[in-house]
Parts: sequence; structure tokens; C-alpha cells
Amino acid sequence: MSDVAERVKKIVVEHLGVEEDKVTENASFIDDLGADSLDTVELVMAFEEEFGIEIPDDAAETIQTFGDAVKFISEAS
Amino acid sequence: MSGKASTKKGSHMRRVVVTGLGMVTPLACGVEETWTRILAGESGAAPIQRFDASALATTYACEIPYGDGTNGTFNPDEWMPAKERRKVDDFILYGVAAATQAVHDAGWTPEDEESLLRTGVMIGSGIGGLNSIAETALLIKEKGPRRVSPFFIPGALINLISGQVSIKFGFKGPNHAVVTACSTGAHAIGDAARLIQHGDADVMVAGGAESAISEIGIAGFNACKALSTKRPDAPEAASRPYDIDRDGFVMGEGSGVVVLEEYEHAKARGAKIYAEVLGYGLSGDAYHITAPSEDGEGGERSMRAALKNAGIEASAIDYINAHGTSTMADVIELGAVERLLGDAAGKATMSSTKSMTGHLLGAAGAIEAIFSILAIRDQVAPPTINLDNPAVETKIDLAPNKKVEREINVALSNSFGFGGTNASVLFGKVS
Repeated sequence: MSDVAERVKKIVVEHLGVEEDKVTENASFIDDLGADSLDTVELVMAFEEEFGIEIPDDAAETIQTFGDAVKFISEAS
Repeated sequence: MSGKASTKKGSHMRRVVVTGLGMVTPLACGVEETWTRILAGESGAAPIQRFDASALATTYACEIPYGDGTNGTFNPDEWMPAKERRKVDDFILYGVAAATQAVHDAGWTPEDEESLLRTGVMIGSGIGGLNSIAETALLIKEKGPRRVSPFFIPGALINLISGQVSIKFGFKGPNHAVVTACSTGAHAIGDAARLIQHGDADVMVAGGAESAISEIGIAGFNACKALSTKRPDAPEAASRPYDIDRDGFVMGEGSGVVVLEEYEHAKARGAKIYAEVLGYGLSGDAYHITAPSEDGEGGERSMRAALKNAGIEASAIDYINAHGTSTMADVIELGAVERLLGDAAGKATMSSTKSMTGHLLGAAGAIEAIFSILAIRDQVAPPTINLDNPAVETKIDLAPNKKVEREINVALSNSFGFGGTNASVLFGKVS
């Protein structure tokens, strides 16, 4: 797993309080990992902080799964 | 006694009884753990541990004893998962903890829709998420507004204790929150009892919570000249209501929550009944933003309104849990109580448990209501500690430094708040 993926996974586990093995490529934050809409806002903020990037609101809406997040961040940073 | 009062009310109004208790205080987490220490006359005051208070005029307070949950310590993990805790200010954590204790104590965790619809929540706070607001303001200054958490607002709003408790237990009845400074807890219990009397609910989870022991909280009350500052070397002696050497209140934190229930509802399910809410009175001083009126006539009207509501005479009062904050206002309340009791003053016991817990602001009225209820249950008046040299003479027994075992059928709990807001709740023994 890439360095970006490891760091994203750590944030997801911490913020959503889920087991690490649940955070798979296609795991949806809302449908599979128990997040609500406020949790996803906070997750995006945590990604921005961790990777020193800015994720605009319209881009944030496309980040639905762990894989989406890793892909977006890898391309942005 | 309570039988007589109840007959008078019973003809036209639903009776309300207390069937569950919960609290987190500077003395302990838990009702019995706190009560044991109260009766032993222990103080919860100590140098402030949570943050560096050295720049403040007051360096001590009554902080909740955090720990692993044993020996009366407060273990947050027992009450809210770490993931949820991160999203709320401490006053919500404390409120949820006390409410959970009270609901379990009452054995009231129904699952049928009708019961859930008939159960409401009214838990208030004096200030709410003061520390969250301060920290978020600093964050904006440092990192800009985009870094503000989506949980900041729902984690700081006062009515979110009631919201969280309703979500946790599924209670779908009235969902409300009182904000009347240091009268909050008493007003919440009184108002919730009214909702049951008026038929809006059969069960109400009611009380108050506060977490203002922070740099901004202490600095703010210091600026009002409300806090004790003179005893950094002996904090346990700093809260000394009615004593000539008192110099302000000692800040406390925590929560108190009761389960109130319509009498027939409680009886039908065989609930344990602690006491009856006999009466409730409210008043406003219309005098000053922080000081009580000089003769305490606002507080007196509040007490008289509670007696009128209960339909009993002042001479029936056995125990009074005073507002008694360890400020100049103590003797004003004392004077008002003397006028209220008249010739019966010599028969009553009145104490300030703030001498031990400090002043829990919005939670004070709730934990003191619980102490009044336990005074009825155990037939004992808790002491006023550190009362070595009374500032004034009085016929009323102030229970100096030692609990007083005595007959207690009727207890009155007073709470007065900034803004000149007063609340008095009368509890009676149910035989």
C-alpha cells in the first residue's frame, strides 16, 4: 500500500472509529463505514490538513470511498 | 404531610414523583458515591489540574475526579465512545453520563412507541460550550475559517444534551433545554414537572450540566469579582458559605439529572419512588445583572410561590438546600428564608452543599435537588463545611461542619442566577 493510502487509512480509522480491515478500496464512508454527512466534511478537512492540499467542495462531493480519497489526494499532492 | 398536599393537588392536577437519579460531581461520579462524601463533609476543591491557571486571579476549583471508574472516579469511556466524545464539549459528556445513570436507576428504557412518545428530556446548561467557542475562535485566528469542525456547533449548543439523550434512548416526547445561569438545574426540574402535570409527557428526564472550568470561564467570573481568590494554599477551605471569612464562590463542574414521572405511571410499573415534587416557584428580581436585590425579596417571592403551588405552609419545611454560594449574597438569602419561616425558623435546618461541591452553575440546582431528595430518603441534612465563624446570627440551624440527622418530610431547594432569576423547588416524602 502506498504511503498516501496508509496515511488516509489512519485518518479514516481514527475519525470513524472503524477496524482497519474494514477500510478497503471500495468501502463507502457513508454506506460501509458508518459516517454521516458531517463526518465526511470532517474527514475531508483532515485530509486537507494532513496533505497540505485544498479540496474544493465540488471535488469533496466526488470522494465517496476510501479508494476515491486515495486517488484524489495522490493526484493533488 | 405530603399526603395532605397531594390530596389538595390530586383533585385537579397530575402528581409528579422522582424515580431516578444521576450525577457527576467534583466529589465523585455517581449519586451514592457523591452522597457518601457529602455526608462525610468532604471538599472537592483543589489546585486546578486541567490547564495552567497560574496567570489567573483564582488558581483553584472543584474539578471532576477523572480516572478508571473505580472508587468514584469518572471514566469518560463508560459514558460515551471516544469517537463521539471528540464531537462534543465536556458539558454534553457530563449531561449524558448523569442522564444515563438516572434512566437506568429509574429502570425506564422502554421500547414501545407509545412510551417513547410520552417521555421527554429537559436538560439545560448555564453557559454551554464555552471552551469549544474559545478554542474555535483561536483556531480561526490561527488557521482560518475553513478549519472549523462541522461538529463545533452541534457540540457547543446547550440543547444538545437533551438532543443526545433523546437519540441515545429514543425518547420522542418534549425536547427542551433551560438556560437561566445558576438557576438552570432547578428551573429544568420545575418546568419538566409542569410538563408532566399539564399532560405533555408522562416521564421527563430533567436537570443541568456545566463545564466552565477553563481559562476563559475562570477569567470571566474573576472579572465579575465573583470567585474566591484568597486561598490558593488551602482550596478545601475556600468555599465557606455564611462564614465571616468567605470571599467568593469556588467554581465546580458536572451534572445532575433526575427522572420525573407521573405518580400513577410510576406506581403502575412498580417504580422505586424517591420523593414527590410538591411545588415549584419562579420569580425575577428586576434589579441587577449579577447582584441579588439587597433584601432578597426576589428569592423570597420564589419560595412563597413554591409554597403556594404546593398548598402548604412555610412551617412545614424541614430542610432547605440553600443557594448559598459563599459570597456576600449568602446572608441576603438567609434573611429572606428567616422572613419566610417566621416563628418556625428555629425548627428548620438549612445548609449549603456548595461548601463541598463548589458552584456547578447550571448544574447546581440539579445536584442540589438530588441532595434534597436524598435528605428526605435518609432523614439527614448534609453539612455546611468551613462554617467556623458565622457572619450573622440566626435561629436557623445551618448544619455547621456536621450532618444533622433529623426528621425531613419536606425539603426546599433554592437556586438564584445572574440576571435576577430565581427558582425554588419543594420536594416531599411519599409514604
